[in-house]
Amino acid sequence: MAAGRNDGRAALWPGVAALAVATGYLIALLAVERPAVVIALLAAGIAVVVAAAWLGLFGRVSAAFAEHENRLALGAVTAAIALAAVFHEDHFVLLLVTTVLLYSVATLGLNIQFGYAGVLNFAGASFFGIGAYTSAVLNTHTAIPHLVVLLIGGLLAAVIGSLLLVPVLRTRGHYAAVVTIAFALLLKTFLEVNDILGGPQGMQVPSMKILGWSFNDNIELAGVSLSFYMNYFVVSLLLLIGAFIVVRRLERSWVGLNLDALRLDETAASCFGLDIARWKITAFLIGNFLIGIAGALFGMVGGFVAPNNYTFADSLILVSILLLGGIGNPWGLVVATFIVVVVPEKLQAIQEYRFLLYAAMVIAVLLFRPEGLLPRPVRRYFPGWQP
Amino acid sequence: MDLGLFAQYVMNGLMLGMMYALVAVGFTLFFGVLDVIKFSHGDVLTVGAFTALATFVGLTGIGLRSPWLELVVMLVAATGAMALLGMLIARYLVMPLRGAPPLNTLLITLMLGTVLRESVRLFYPQGGNPKPFPALLPRASIDLGDFNLRLDNVMMLAAGVAAIVALQYLLNRTKLGLAIRAVAQDEETARTMGINFTAIVLVTFAIGSGLAAFAGVMNGLYYNEINFGIGLYLGVIGFSAAIIGGLGSIYGAILGGLLFAALQTVGTVLLPFASAYKDVFAFAVVIAIMAWRPTGLIREKISERV
Repeated sequence: MAAGRNDGRAALWPGVAALAVATGYLIALLAVERPAVVIALLAAGIAVVVAAAWLGLFGRVSAAFAEHENRLALGAVTAAIALAAVFHEDHFVLLLVTTVLLYSVATLGLNIQFGYAGVLNFAGASFFGIGAYTSAVLNTHTAIPHLVVLLIGGLLAAVIGSLLLVPVLRTRGHYAAVVTIAFALLLKTFLEVNDILGGPQGMQVPSMKILGWSFNDNIELAGVSLSFYMNYFVVSLLLLIGAFIVVRRLERSWVGLNLDALRLDETAASCFGLDIARWKITAFLIGNFLIGIAGALFGMVGGFVAPNNYTFADSLILVSILLLGGIGNPWGLVVATFIVVVVPEKLQAIQEYRFLLYAAMVIAVLLFRPEGLLPRPVRRYFPGWQP
Repeated sequence: MDLGLFAQYVMNGLMLGMMYALVAVGFTLFFGVLDVIKFSHGDVLTVGAFTALATFVGLTGIGLRSPWLELVVMLVAATGAMALLGMLIARYLVMPLRGAPPLNTLLITLMLGTVLRESVRLFYPQGGNPKPFPALLPRASIDLGDFNLRLDNVMMLAAGVAAIVALQYLLNRTKLGLAIRAVAQDEETARTMGINFTAIVLVTFAIGSGLAAFAGVMNGLYYNEINFGIGLYLGVIGFSAAIIGGLGSIYGAILGGLLFAALQTVGTVLLPFASAYKDVFAFAVVIAIMAWRPTGLIREKISERV
């Protein structure tokens, strides 16, 4: 048995090593302040990645992740907690990491739409914004418990998204893209001209409270003071873990199989008896629900919502994350979110140019590596099965 | 409503419709020859308008003060530069991706649009703010009762009609037009007939992008203001107009543009209290039309080949 285990099954250590290196690198990157050092670190990171790709190490890492996903996922959570522990007093870094976690949740939602079902959605930021505005309005005017507000934010995003169902189902490809682009522009204009929702100035979001525990107070635990963002970090991490599990289970189940069939060939899928409309609706609504929840929490984390944070350009950034990470691969998405969110924050010089840079980057990715940095592996039908 | 006000609305609607039609014609042309939707089309319009503005600033800088000459130079510079840009985009971004999944073409042109839009915002001096566009056409107007017929509007409308008539002549009466139509109908047969496919595609993209620049200048002259977001707005509406008319048909695109403008104008007239929601209404109409007739008012006759 032991021999049978060794041949065919990938080793665990490349995954653990990759995780450890990535965590260490991230801590270093988040810790340094001087632009020159940041640039040097980024250059070193790119060099290491290129060298690893050249030596074929990525294949072993992704094999390890495919084989030992549960253990490595636990390792990733540990890494995230270690990261938070290192920066337990640093407001800015914790806010940044929380942002990454929430953006990951949103791109996971987008991934169900784009990556599995092949339903185009260029209004990701709009649904994110619907969630954020929900928490702004409900936290200000009602006493609904804030965890329920998160759920309502997700539901509202799904409900408003369902207004688009008819045009999205009746159209394909480019036409469907226009429907969602038009919605993104519509929503932003609507938020700008609507006085009740604060107009172009936006509105404040009262901070999160769970059972009397106010999230905007710094924490004192056994003599160690923690940044108040630690609260949000924990909730966001839990949200990401939940979303990740849901997406992963969905992908592996027969639902995911149906969605894949639907994306690859609609006509063939319907010939095999799949209800195209049903699965498209499922993917679109679940995706928007996840984006909405992430948005609702993000509104509370930021404490402020304004139409300019939820523009069409922001939706395109979400799509860029998806393409950079590798459409359909949740692990790739989290990595890509780190890159896309953290790099402009650390290099303030490029902050202003981020839309331009990411658009150019996506064009380069599409031209030279259309499958993304970490391509989605072939579906594994049984544990240990080699395609 | 009295007749003067009605005429005013009709005039505004016609101006809007002309701009939409010029953009829609570009979408239809590109779809005809390459079967692709070029989402950066609207942003080419923005760059065209800003090229014209930069030309104007340059001309004023060297002391030229004749509005007509300035306008002509601006138009030539804008349409020429955008025709070139359109050709470059077609040659290096759209054509290499012909065999790729449609999603990649869609994303590449969408991201290219962002690159163009952001470049204008970041690299044009204070490009993030709305810029005043010079009013170069004569400002005279004729009062017909309540109706104030502005000469510049009439001239722009006439120029738009002239551009479309010229395009129509080019497509239907010249050898080049014949080649474009042949490529649109059947690429392979066209190639075997000795038509240079690449050259025809490039020329088509040049024509479409030049028309977009023309529409951009027209937009600037009409509103006396341009900003980096106009292209995105006009692009989405122009695309919807092209779809309403049925992609691939020039007449359909013009009809679609006018119809769209009519809907928008009627919307503003019927809901005067909601004038702030004008653009919200426009995009809602886009979505509604896509839901109602996803392939246009004239349905596609060919079913999908599997």
